[in-house]
Amino acid sequence: MRIVVAVKQVGALGDEVEFTDDERDVAPEYLEFALNEWDSYATEEALRIRERLGEGEVVVVTAGDEEAEQALRRCLAMGADRATRVWSDALAGADPITVARALAAPVRVEEPDLVLAGVQSSDSIQSATGTALAELLELPRVAVVTKVDYDHAARRATVHRELEGGLVDVVEVATPALLTIQTGINEPRYATLRAIKQAEQKEIQVVDPDDLGEPPDRVRRMFVPPRGEGAEMLDGSPAEIAQRIAEIVRESLKA
Amino acid sequence: MNGVLVVAEHLRGRVRDVTRELVSAGRDLGGPVEVAVIAKDPSSLADAVNVEGVDSILNVAVEQEEFENDVYQQAVEALVRERRPDVILLGFTVNSMGYGPALAAKLGLGFASDVFSLRREDGALVVERAFYGAKINAEIEFPGKSQVLLLLRPTAWPPAEGQGSASVSDFSVSIGESRARHVEFVEVAASTDVDITQVDFLLSVGRGIGDADAIRQFEGLAAKMGATLSVSRPIVDAGWMPASRQVGQSGKTVKPKVYLAFGISGAVQHLAGIKASGTIIAVNTDPDASIFTVAHYGAVVDLFDVAEELEKLF
Repeated sequence: MRIVVAVKQVGALGDEVEFTDDERDVAPEYLEFALNEWDSYATEEALRIRERLGEGEVVVVTAGDEEAEQALRRCLAMGADRATRVWSDALAGADPITVARALAAPVRVEEPDLVLAGVQSSDSIQSATGTALAELLELPRVAVVTKVDYDHAARRATVHRELEGGLVDVVEVATPALLTIQTGINEPRYATLRAIKQAEQKEIQVVDPDDLGEPPDRVRRMFVPPRGEGAEMLDGSPAEIAQRIAEIVRESLKA
Repeated sequence: MNGVLVVAEHLRGRVRDVTRELVSAGRDLGGPVEVAVIAKDPSSLADAVNVEGVDSILNVAVEQEEFENDVYQQAVEALVRERRPDVILLGFTVNSMGYGPALAAKLGLGFASDVFSLRREDGALVVERAFYGAKINAEIEFPGKSQVLLLLRPTAWPPAEGQGSASVSDFSVSIGESRARHVEFVEVAASTDVDITQVDFLLSVGRGIGDADAIRQFEGLAAKMGATLSVSRPIVDAGWMPASRQVGQSGKTVKPKVYLAFGISGAVQHLAGIKASGTIIAVNTDPDASIFTVAHYGAVVDLFDVAEELEKLF
């Protein structure tokens, strides 16, 4: 039994922002990098399935430069068995479908029983890589999963698909399949210091991508959205602000 | 057809609002707008999508009553190949996430999701979407793509209204295997708890409050102020409050007279769920929190200092 988890090292904005010279992305020195939140849930879910079955292997795969190995090592420290990184400079700032094309070969070679990915990444917010990857691997897929009941012997999984408005769609899917995992499905474990140290020593396989095809879009420019039409800001001491809030609340409730 | 194909979204026999929002977006692009209704009995839903701005409706009959990825993907693939729309509009919804990107990858279409603005520049499509926790916007173009599939942000366009006069015809597809099958629906948020969609005053807390103990403190403040406590998604994910209190697209869409938010930065899904509120007041330590773009009043200040002061006033 083998589960592959596709993960991403994401960038979060700090207090200030500057763009690259071509204005097509945020300059990397203004980003703080970490494992995508959704992917920590996906990794945890893979580990739990492995533990429940009492056998099997969890392999984490990412498309990213050397910096992205941090994300893989975090997953290794949580308990993943192996890690693969696929990269070429053509993947810098790539869209999710191109990333899926890069991930397809290293995932396929693992002949996985399940492929898990996060629903979305916090920096691109496209909710697309997982589903596109499933298509390229010709796998059935379910997006936005909040519960997985995997029957390895029967080669199927019964999963909860989280719809809008607090409704769940119970779906039965043939496996191998790809599931995109939603936050809250589990409680991701913390890695012990010892596990983090051991993960530092593990070898990460690095491979080149296959043909990436034509990208589906191009970022023309990024910019800070214009402000001004937003909220009326309340200034002053906490006591003064509380006073104003109290007035606004009372006034608005009368309406 | 060189125009806009809208894929209608429906659930349990009702067309969802996002469908009429897609029609508005398609009309803004200049149309013509064709709406595909993929359902077991599409004609029963055709009336609900026959709104002003729709030029034609295609009834696409399939075996499945409810959404399944493979069914929608095969049906929309047939529509894209035969009707040749240059823009295909889907909602940025859980259903669309299950097949939209797959179809774009398969057919080599232009693609972008969570799009909240679109226009043509000299005929070429340019759209806007956000990156980096919705703090940065970007203009996206689709060089060399004659067909572009977009997932549009719900609530970004007003729903099209008014009786339409669209032509209605059948579009037949043959659907192969559906590998991920709908079994049943379960209401997870249903409970005997208070219904947060029905109250006048919500005091809502998010990740910014820090830890589970702080929930009790804000619960106390809400009680004093006469408010009902609601929360954003991370609080439910952490198990600190039940899903029945969750505000946002995956939780409840609310419309209180007053929505007072502490430590909620404002994920897109959350903001869509509070838009209909009367007065939105946001307290946050981050001056760039996106909730300030929809709030009527905002304060950048320590949450607990203000909470303490508010306790004295009620």
